[in-house]
Amino acid sequence: MTQLTSGDFLFTGADWDYDKISRVYDSIEEIATGELGLDTYPNQIEVITVEQMLDAYASIGMPLMYNHWSFGKHFAIHEAQYRRGMKGLAYEIVINSSPCISYIMEENSMTMQTLVIAHAAFGHNHFFKNNYLFQQWTDAEGILDYLEFAKSYIQRCEEQHGVAAVEAVLDAAHALMNYGVHRYPRKRKLNLREERRRELERLAYQEQSYVDLWRTVPTGGRDRRRNEAVAERKKRLNLPEENLLYFLEKNAPKLKPWQREILRIVRRISQYFYPQKQTKVMNEGCATAVHYHIMNRLHETGRLSDGSMLEFLHSHTSVVFQPDFDDPRFGGINPYALGFAMMQDIRRICEEPTEEDRYWFPEIAGNRDPRGTLLDAWANYRDESFILQYLSPHLIRQMKLFKLRDDSERPELVVEAIHNERGYQAVRRSLARQYDVAVLDPDIQVVDVDLAGDRKLILEHHVNDGILLAEKDARGVLQHIADLWGYHVKLIEVNAASRHVLKEHPEIAPRSTLI
Amino acid sequence: MNIIDRRLNPKGKSLANRQRFLRRARRYVREAVRKASAERRIADIGDGERISIPADGLSEPMFRPDESVGRRDIVLPGNKKFVEGDRIRRPGGGGGRGSRASPDGEGEDSFHFVLSRDEFLDIFLDDLELPDLAKKTITKSDNVLPARAGYSVSGSPSNLNLVRTMRNSLSRRIALNRPRPEDIRLLRDEIAELEASENDPVRLDFLRRELERQLRRTRVIPFIDPVDVRFNRFEMVPKPATQAVMFCLMDVSGSMTEHMKDLAKRFFMLLYLFIARRYRDVDIVFIRHTHHAQEVDEETFFHSTESGGTVVSTALEEMKRVVASRYPTDDWNIYAAQASDGDNIVSDNPRLLRLLENDILPLCQYFAYLEVGEETDIGHPRETNLWLTYEKVADPGRRFAMRRVRNRGDIFPVFRNLFARDQATVGGSTA
Repeated sequence: MTQLTSGDFLFTGADWDYDKISRVYDSIEEIATGELGLDTYPNQIEVITVEQMLDAYASIGMPLMYNHWSFGKHFAIHEAQYRRGMKGLAYEIVINSSPCISYIMEENSMTMQTLVIAHAAFGHNHFFKNNYLFQQWTDAEGILDYLEFAKSYIQRCEEQHGVAAVEAVLDAAHALMNYGVHRYPRKRKLNLREERRRELERLAYQEQSYVDLWRTVPTGGRDRRRNEAVAERKKRLNLPEENLLYFLEKNAPKLKPWQREILRIVRRISQYFYPQKQTKVMNEGCATAVHYHIMNRLHETGRLSDGSMLEFLHSHTSVVFQPDFDDPRFGGINPYALGFAMMQDIRRICEEPTEEDRYWFPEIAGNRDPRGTLLDAWANYRDESFILQYLSPHLIRQMKLFKLRDDSERPELVVEAIHNERGYQAVRRSLARQYDVAVLDPDIQVVDVDLAGDRKLILEHHVNDGILLAEKDARGVLQHIADLWGYHVKLIEVNAASRHVLKEHPEIAPRSTLI
Repeated sequence: MNIIDRRLNPKGKSLANRQRFLRRARRYVREAVRKASAERRIADIGDGERISIPADGLSEPMFRPDESVGRRDIVLPGNKKFVEGDRIRRPGGGGGRGSRASPDGEGEDSFHFVLSRDEFLDIFLDDLELPDLAKKTITKSDNVLPARAGYSVSGSPSNLNLVRTMRNSLSRRIALNRPRPEDIRLLRDEIAELEASENDPVRLDFLRRELERQLRRTRVIPFIDPVDVRFNRFEMVPKPATQAVMFCLMDVSGSMTEHMKDLAKRFFMLLYLFIARRYRDVDIVFIRHTHHAQEVDEETFFHSTESGGTVVSTALEEMKRVVASRYPTDDWNIYAAQASDGDNIVSDNPRLLRLLENDILPLCQYFAYLEVGEETDIGHPRETNLWLTYEKVADPGRRFAMRRVRNRGDIFPVFRNLFARDQATVGGSTA
């Protein structure tokens, strides 16, 4: 490790080279593991060009991806925007894998490379390795191998069955990508001995609780038997099922094995990205807080020149800039801004709490351990729960958050809560809900299918707050489902609470030519 | 930590994706390309093009909430004056959610991207093919060039390769130990010295015999022997003609209206594109005619009218003259397209036919005649003078085709019809 006395800059000037990068990396590592206590996967830093960055954008950031036209479309869009100067490119892309791969662009100045290494190679990396969602759902060691497999598998399928056939399956699978995740850890399969034991237990219980009288109670007759049959069928198919891709992969009667495998590939990739969707604010907040701390420490200890520090601050402030809602630049709440502000706020609460903080956060206020508190938060929360737990009145006032009620049946929007004593709870709860994927993705489930009859697949959309599905898109997706399922598909939208049917979409028949 | 430099990795990782995307978008791209092509000059048409296609043609559907119904809670930053219970007018259309960013371009009306020249032409010309084209250019035997092909031991003196020859000679002289001129000179000098001093007759005698021996050796071993001689060798290689010239012939007499000229221009444009795709250099020669023909530039060709009668054969004569003076058939692939409303002076027809059959067609790779008519003409077309004449020449095996066109929409179908791939194979098999 490099030992530097105060006044020795790690680098000067804007150009970067490999020596400078490894020197900077060592210094950053020292601060990251020593002061911040970060625990990371081994790092791999890859230098890429603009074009490669656009490539990476198009294939959802992954270094290896199977071929599909939609990636070409996204590439064309990104490229056009970039060429017209409408959009800058990210300074880095980081991949949740082990070793953790960070792409840095060759255009970046040395200061930016330092920032990027602190941000991605340590901030994001730590988050990937330690957050419970990532631990539970992703396999950082295996992902690159899996993608390699997926790419070559799909390539083989294309050779064997033709590009068009594979594309049709992929199109359909992509349409259902958001419905290809298991939201809860699944029950582990019992082994035989365990099952035998449970069965004996059940039998023993039945014998114990046997009452002959029950035999004499009249049964419901035919209706009841039919209901039982339906219940039995649903049980066998594990219905209702919200993982549509999983359901189709396992149960669609007409799919060939390779088609099922493709659904599985898309599902696995979707599942891999599921944690990232739920932790945007935290992930960026964590990485931003880490780079902010590290850059400041480097500057304080005289390893970063004032010029570099100014350059850093310039890009840092533009990254965490949050325009107001009435600003033309406003495009939603900036996850970097919110995440970073919350991390800094937690630090403040731990070190210099006010009376209010002591009331709102009795467990952490003034505990003088911001490091431990943050590490704990990064490991054990996702956006929704993190905001619910840690958004402080102080920050609500600082960002001047307010809550609006938008009811499509009324001509006006209503301000329901603002940054005052009465509003804090409501604002916080409501903001947390905005980050709850269970709320963001419409809740659609397979509820029934008559395998012995006409095999019609019935889906239900559980509607909350009267938010129905966009008709045209829904029809497109249903068509894809019908193609995969091979028989008619019907979607019913019901009120989640009252079970009233709100809307029935027309039944859609499969296009026999496609799959 | 590892640092890996990926900058040198192969480029165009997403090329496969782009091709798939274009294939998918083909229908939309094709429409856009056709539209774009209508507005360009002939020679510019093949440049790359910015294309915009409707976004919904390539949408990827997802279940998404309908933005216009339902009740939502929205938390926004930057409250300035609102207090609890305030009512705000719904901002126009979009609901209270600020500007709706569309992260992937979805929801925008259309999106734009740039097609490369090749992609543009590929789509524009889809699956057309020039009949008989490749064979002609490669196998034409009178069109050969000598190409260096090593050395040979025989050949004409003008092809003598001096370097090779001298090299062989030198190595042979070294190998056979031919005395060098310096050695002989030294020997002579020493003899002369001894003769002058006369103090070592034995050595003098020895040296004289030695000189004698060396001189004999010089005579026996020649400086250059026939075995040393090498000639540059040439082989005759057929030279593919990589350049083409396209003749645009048009009747500009008063009977040709603007509409007809527009049709002709479009047809010439397509043909140019098509030919330019196959050859490195393409020249265009514009020949307009009334009762006399002249070569003009593009501007004059399309935009100025001449008055006068109509004698088609003058145009062919002019073409023949231009070919003879500037475009030797060995070096150039010659294509011709003629547009006319079908008028010709009756007395000119036999001469025209003769000229076409004997002179023009043998020169050309392909000759297309396009008869343009008014949009308002309906019903069965009148058999024009020129049409009847040309019909005698036209038959499927030949490199001659004729079509009628009345409105813009017909141009492309007619063009396709002329060059569609299956027809090309028919033409190829009969030729």
